[in-house]
Amino acid sequence: MSETEPLQFRDPEQAEQLADRLETLMADIDEPVSLMHVCGSHEQAIAKFGLRSLLPDGLSVRMGPGCPVCVTNMPEVDEAVAIAEQGATVATYGDMFRVPGTKKSLADARADGASVEVVYSASEAVELAAANPEAEVVFFATGFETTAAPTAAILDADPPSNFSVLSAHKYVPPAMEVVAEMPDVDIDGFLAAGHAATITGYGLFEPFVETYELPIVVGGFEPIDVLLAIERLLEYVRDGKAGLENAYPRCVSKAGNEQALETMWDVFEKTSGEWRGIAEIPGANLVLRDAYAEYDARRRFDVEPLDGGPDPLTEQCICGDIMAGKADPDECDLFGEECTPSNPVGACMVSSEGTCKIWDEYGGHPNL
Amino acid sequence: MTRDTTESNQEFVTLAHGAGGGAMRSLLDELVVPQFAGNGNAESDTLVGLPELDDGAVHPAGDGALVITTDSHVVSPRFFPGGDIGRLAVAGTVNDLAVMGATSPTALTCSLVLEEGVPTADVKRVIESMAETARSAGVPISTGDTKVMGNGEVDGILINTAGVAYVDREQPVTDAGLDPGDAIIVSGSMGDHGIALLSAREGFDFTGELESDVAPVNDLVNVALDAGRITAMKDPTRGGLANALNEMAGKADVGIDLMDESIPVSGPIASAGEVLGIDPLSVANEGKVVMGVNPEDAEDVLAAIHTVPGGEEAAIVGQVTDDHAGRVVVDTGFGRRYLSEPEGEPLPRIC
Repeated sequence: MSETEPLQFRDPEQAEQLADRLETLMADIDEPVSLMHVCGSHEQAIAKFGLRSLLPDGLSVRMGPGCPVCVTNMPEVDEAVAIAEQGATVATYGDMFRVPGTKKSLADARADGASVEVVYSASEAVELAAANPEAEVVFFATGFETTAAPTAAILDADPPSNFSVLSAHKYVPPAMEVVAEMPDVDIDGFLAAGHAATITGYGLFEPFVETYELPIVVGGFEPIDVLLAIERLLEYVRDGKAGLENAYPRCVSKAGNEQALETMWDVFEKTSGEWRGIAEIPGANLVLRDAYAEYDARRRFDVEPLDGGPDPLTEQCICGDIMAGKADPDECDLFGEECTPSNPVGACMVSSEGTCKIWDEYGGHPNL
Repeated sequence: MTRDTTESNQEFVTLAHGAGGGAMRSLLDELVVPQFAGNGNAESDTLVGLPELDDGAVHPAGDGALVITTDSHVVSPRFFPGGDIGRLAVAGTVNDLAVMGATSPTALTCSLVLEEGVPTADVKRVIESMAETARSAGVPISTGDTKVMGNGEVDGILINTAGVAYVDREQPVTDAGLDPGDAIIVSGSMGDHGIALLSAREGFDFTGELESDVAPVNDLVNVALDAGRITAMKDPTRGGLANALNEMAGKADVGIDLMDESIPVSGPIASAGEVLGIDPLSVANEGKVVMGVNPEDAEDVLAAIHTVPGGEEAAIVGQVTDDHAGRVVVDTGFGRRYLSEPEGEPLPRIC
């Protein structure tokens, strides 16, 4: 785009050199390699810049459970819908607005008359509560460490009494362990998310690398960042080594944002929870500690998750396999037909972080 | 098809139906076009009618043709950086006429629907802005209607404008006429209105000037038509360049190849788009035009547009191809990917 200052991280010439380097590494390795990234923004960067067309044959880069909207479980959406239908104002991020629950999405609930507001931050939800003291404002809080930390900061700052949080926050590292342990998933290395690592620090992955003997490289989101991280991962694969590396040092440190972490763990504790389409994952859901019970929407509202089973179409949806790195979106029978961004069946087709939505928008590896 | 939203299997209109793209098209195809198309006596003579879903209709009239179009405008906030709902209402209709090749509009109508409680000072300001914009486009606003609704029955100010214009019968341009080999020209930077409005609406304070581009483009289109053969034209409003080009490619059953680095996007708009996670190519412009131009005429048309205020940044951004019919492909400088039709309102990303 002509008027934008060309960024060093967007230099096609450097990208070509890196692509040549990937060819050489793959020739040395001489067998297929499968890498997994765990962040929708990585998938965005790869698809938006057409990077897959630069990757050598035999190298596959797949997206794992890296979209917080996609892994939010249907009963969690149902809880938010039920709270909205009880008369509270539910505030949530735009991405969550159209994610289908068992019977309906928050967008459907709003079309039926419920009060649902799209906000851009946890603090905006608090402002909404402060401006409407007569309303109960419930922040349907989703996202990984990058959004859990701001939610925690808000709760730590004494929000108004008509404000509460329905936490669907998730914690990524245990999900990576679950995927690494899946018998039919064959991943040779992980490209870890730079956003989340900004908060948690890359040191967090040390035990993972030791246990699973797989390389992890933390990467940024510009095209050169992504290609560089892939190059580093392939070097580990070629050398048959595990290891941990930070290829995003301009944002990520080993310890992370210690103050944000302290607040986050002050407010939240880890619990076991179902990630949509993937599995029950121990320690991967974040719920409010007892000290913050007064702000816990689950305790404030009496909500029973719906039963009766989901829309039969969703049983054909393979979002779970896609997020476990077992399938690509275009392997799903529903993709682009019954399931489109305006009429999504699975959550992966809703969020701008979801693989199916990204592939619908940009094509994943279009044959061009 | 919409998904059932209640157990009684009733279907309801949702915001997605108003956001352009597939949902809106299916609403029109199922509910509107079959009822309206073909009624009246003169349908067989209509040069461009409702089923074409173009920016306006074209009917034979004397030695020429009459172009007619209508648009309703609601926008929040009603005053935004670079413009207001009044300027939008006039420019939108003038531009819908212009991209049909009708660059000298005869008259506009103005239908106002006002909500009880709207400050009269706001109404005055909006009307003054409409008058000024109409003057700059050289068109009178010559008839109208005003209704007042109760509090909560309409959102502030709603403006409907319709426009008519004569055009030489040889001149009407549709959005369906692209031919392989045509150059694709955009008249200026992309995404200004959508990104500026979203930023203003949500109170984001981005460094740098973010202003809507809302303006009439009839003068600009006029010089372009004089300079060479325009095969297809559209104003890239809702859904932006992505929506306009996908529609043009689909209607003509051709492919379009774009060069990302050729597409003008201002620095502040690109930066704000990155922060919001919204592609400037997928949001509205209100003072721009995108056209397919016979390849031999492309440089002449470009040079002509450059001489018109607002056209200084015009650029050839790609070309029409026989490959990948109905789809738009972008060369990013790294690789190639699709530019798909956006669906639903753009919503900022979660992280």
